[in-house]
Amino acid sequence: MSVATAFFQDVNFINACYIVAFSLFITGLAKLTSPTTAVQGNKIAAWGMLLAVVATLLNSGLDGGEFALIAIGLIVGTLVGVPAARNVKMTAMPQMVALFNGVGGGAVALIAWAEFRQQGGNLSDNLDVGIPLVFAAIIGSISFWGSNIAFGKLQGLISGSPVKIPAGLFVNIALLATAIGAGAAILLGSTSEGLFLLILVAAAILGNLAVLPIGGADMPVVISTLNAFTGLSAAAAGVALDNYALIVAGMIVGASGTILTDQMAKAMNRSIGSVLLGGFGGEAPAVEGGGGETGGTVRSTSAADVAILLAYARQVVVVPGYGMAVAQAQHAVREMSKALEKKGIEVKFAIHPVAGRMPGHMNVLLAEADVPYDQLKEMDDINPEFGRTDVSLVIGANDVTNPDARLKPDSPIYGMPILNVDESKQVIVLKRSMASGFAGIENPLFYGEKTQMLFGDAKASVAEITSELGGL
Amino acid sequence: MQTHAAITTLAADTGSPLLTELAILILAAFVGFQVISKVPNTLHTPLMSGTNAIHGIVLLGGLVAIAHAEGFLNQLILVIAIAFGTINVVGGFLVTDRMLSMFKRKPEPVAEESDT
Repeated sequence: MSVATAFFQDVNFINACYIVAFSLFITGLAKLTSPTTAVQGNKIAAWGMLLAVVATLLNSGLDGGEFALIAIGLIVGTLVGVPAARNVKMTAMPQMVALFNGVGGGAVALIAWAEFRQQGGNLSDNLDVGIPLVFAAIIGSISFWGSNIAFGKLQGLISGSPVKIPAGLFVNIALLATAIGAGAAILLGSTSEGLFLLILVAAAILGNLAVLPIGGADMPVVISTLNAFTGLSAAAAGVALDNYALIVAGMIVGASGTILTDQMAKAMNRSIGSVLLGGFGGEAPAVEGGGGETGGTVRSTSAADVAILLAYARQVVVVPGYGMAVAQAQHAVREMSKALEKKGIEVKFAIHPVAGRMPGHMNVLLAEADVPYDQLKEMDDINPEFGRTDVSLVIGANDVTNPDARLKPDSPIYGMPILNVDESKQVIVLKRSMASGFAGIENPLFYGEKTQMLFGDAKASVAEITSELGGL
Repeated sequence: MQTHAAITTLAADTGSPLLTELAILILAAFVGFQVISKVPNTLHTPLMSGTNAIHGIVLLGGLVAIAHAEGFLNQLILVIAIAFGTINVVGGFLVTDRMLSMFKRKPEPVAEESDT
């Protein structure tokens, strides 16, 4: 072995490369905080990852056969990952992130299993390795299966509405206790592989049952939580494998995912616990009977009338929601806003933090349709503006505009920060039908005196408004 | 060459590598909190996707573990793990890049009125 080869294979050289890689990760993340530098930030982080992978491949312990196996894994992963990322539609982005997150968690669980087998099942002699391995197995398995369920729900493969599981909380606690108990038995000296598989299976069922009862609208919180979980499990695997890159990168993700989760839950005025312990479905019965009291008359309107109303407005605020994503209406909305701007009308977009299925979901969709990001206003910036807004156009949003959150203390969403659409001079709501939103509660906004409803597919309705505008 | 090895030297001095690893773990958590808490809502989805790509670092775990793996099943498990990790990394960074490349500034009015 030449001196140069020995140098590159030295564990100190590899660790030095890792240190450079961390710096790139952190720099990249810092640049992700501004729209102008975000693209660059992502690329910097990707370079960090490439450096970390190449440095790890220099590991002198690898022989030709192992390189071949690694090549198979890398090639298969690339062949699956690249087309998936290239072809996914912007509207399907949340479930794609869920899926990528899931395979990450799956990788951690598999590595933990292989390490357990490699140690001959003997983890009790070396708890430095054993405890993090058991932790990685539990969290990795939960993350893999939970993410798959989140994917299934968002993709429509599984019902998006909350699924009730009898005695769900008790079952989940029992499953977690089973996984931890099996782990403890292994750490105390058992070498049974069956016990290790029990850890993985119990955690897998837990991942399934924990996410199944959660409604589609809470998926941002779920995906973010699982993202943090995968990061933590990666960090644990790093402790077990004595790999600093895994520890640092995994933990940074664990921290970021926790912050995101917290912010999202806050925006919905719910605790992370209440989201994870079941959707609105569990709390709704108390108000379901009260639906009749808001049932006033609904005024429906036509695209032509909406176009006239808009044409004589000075400021129009568009409030997009999940309905816009479902109808793929973002490009039509962009066309409409262009037509309005041509007439000298100020158009702004009001983005509620939890509109859609992921934080920033609406931003991504509207960005795809070339809406400039400085036209997208966050809740706190736009709320004072509704008072001087002539027309608010609510496109497929519901619960985030419900004035009950401000006015009715017994409403299940009371206290949730909302967009104060009801303060604008006129409100147009584009909706397929009078069905209630995810929370299953009536929205008095629809019955308001200033409100008119435009029923139908959002994309078709918006396109019609645009063509009517052209004739004015 | 020992001067390169700040981390491993530290491990030798403090006795237990586990404590060194825990120290790194805690510091990384604080770095994560500090760097990320400044991200505006607009970038939350790309951020989630970007951090998602970074935890694809588990790929390295597969690369390290396969170096000492013996037996067909162990190797098979790790090849699958490496493939999963690669999907996470490659897919994650690409998808983030796609999302971010859509965030543009308001175009110049001239470019906007392309039909005139």
